[in-house]
Amino acid sequence: MTRNSGSTAWVLAALVAWGPALAQSDQHKVRQWAASCAACHGTEGRSEGGMPPIAGRKADELYTLMLAFKSGERPATVMHQHAKGYSDGELRQISEYFSRVKP
Amino acid sequence: MTTVHTPAEEHAMDPTRRNFLHTLAATGLAAGFWPRALRAASRATVVVVGGGFAGATAAKYLRVWAPEIEVVLIEPNREWISCPLSNRVLAGSLSLRDLKRDYGRLAERHGVKLVHATVTQVDPARREVRTDQGERIAYDRLIVAPGVDFVYDDIAGLQTEPARERVPHAWKAGPQTLLLRKRIADLPPGGVVAIHIPKAPFRCPPGPYERASMIASYLTTRNPKGKVLVFDANPDIQSKKALFSHVWGTRYPGMVEYVPNADLKAVDATRGVMKFDLQGEVRADCLNVIPPQRAGGIAYQAGLVAANERWCRVGFLTYESVAARGIHVIGDSVAAAPGMPKSGHMANQQAKVCAGAVAALISGTPVNDDPIIANTCYSFVGAREVIHVASVHRYDRAQKTMLPVKGAGGVSSEVSTEEALFAVAWGFNLMNDVFS
Repeated sequence: MTRNSGSTAWVLAALVAWGPALAQSDQHKVRQWAASCAACHGTEGRSEGGMPPIAGRKADELYTLMLAFKSGERPATVMHQHAKGYSDGELRQISEYFSRVKP
Repeated sequence: MTTVHTPAEEHAMDPTRRNFLHTLAATGLAAGFWPRALRAASRATVVVVGGGFAGATAAKYLRVWAPEIEVVLIEPNREWISCPLSNRVLAGSLSLRDLKRDYGRLAERHGVKLVHATVTQVDPARREVRTDQGERIAYDRLIVAPGVDFVYDDIAGLQTEPARERVPHAWKAGPQTLLLRKRIADLPPGGVVAIHIPKAPFRCPPGPYERASMIASYLTTRNPKGKVLVFDANPDIQSKKALFSHVWGTRYPGMVEYVPNADLKAVDATRGVMKFDLQGEVRADCLNVIPPQRAGGIAYQAGLVAANERWCRVGFLTYESVAARGIHVIGDSVAAAPGMPKSGHMANQQAKVCAGAVAALISGTPVNDDPIIANTCYSFVGAREVIHVASVHRYDRAQKTMLPVKGAGGVSSEVSTEEALFAVAWGFNLMNDVFS
């Protein structure tokens, strides 16, 4: 019993430690994907002119826009070519990332 | 993660840490406590060699993402000049001043420690770099971003500086850009400009063809009987081929002539003659030789370039050199993955993946195993007309490299003035992402 609860506690502790580590590595992944957009749309999506700023825009709005670029439903000069490089799930995560940035 | 600091490196230490050490000394703590106290106070240091698109981006993003890391950026120049958009300077539609940035904000806003010097030696065993100012700076991880060096070895007649001034490359923006601009402005009526393009890979694949277009654009209004001859060592136009061919055929008919497979052997800078393997001798009023290129010299000194190669091989999750642990290489010096151009945009993208990975390696957290980066290159083909090429690159676990995503990316559907607005915005946002 003592032995069991000991190993249970160990497994729990490992899970607790592993959970945040995983969440953090996911955050770092999305942070890198989003940072790629900064080259044209400004650091953290705060464009300094010319390109539309994306920082602080609603996640749903950005996501819908990206899907429309990806499907070709919305005409674009270059964004349709970028959007096709990502899965819908990745576009969702990137949209959520920018929605959390202060404009 | 410990840093080997010798007294000579004290300048690179955080002032607060120096104060801390003085305080320790003043309070007369037992000598036995010193090493531990030192270690507890020590922060990991990343040294970045080279402050271009790659190095300056890496320095900034490391500080933003991992403020606990000390970042030292070593760059000889006090101001930086963008190569992207610099072909417009040749046509007089942009000033070189518009393309200058300095390193001040990296220091003030992001706490990057700037050292204006040239790194002369990397010592991987001692984990330190030495500069031409006699400094020795220790690192926990080193990021090498020296860009490209020009290789004039196989072009007879361009071994001296005066020859290279008469035949400018203008492939690193700055005084060379102005030299070429002056040569074009001084062209006699009906004069001929000859451009030579080296074998790929070279920095900025669409750049030479953009240059030919911009010079033609200038000549159309200022010197309409002038000509632009493009001698390409490659068998074909290396980027946006259909669009450039279309532009030359429709906008500049009879003005731009493209010659493939032109292997330049020698130049007579005084007479303005290029000598080719197949095409023989060609005389022109203005010669622009873009020389063959290889990784920046310090990459060779540091042992990051394998024998008979010109670029540094890296792993694409971390950009750590395959030849040296703890040393990362980013930007034009990297032996590129398939379809990955040597461009300022790509250097900026690689730098962020590298910065994230270096921060993770230092903190002992997992490295992002699924990086996605993109590239967009806009080229001006007239005073107000632009075309682009774009691509998205993802890590392929089976092939352990970055690959362009099939079905994504592409080129402009047509030449447009709409994209000229985006091209300027792209250039300036990119510069701000690096230096602001």
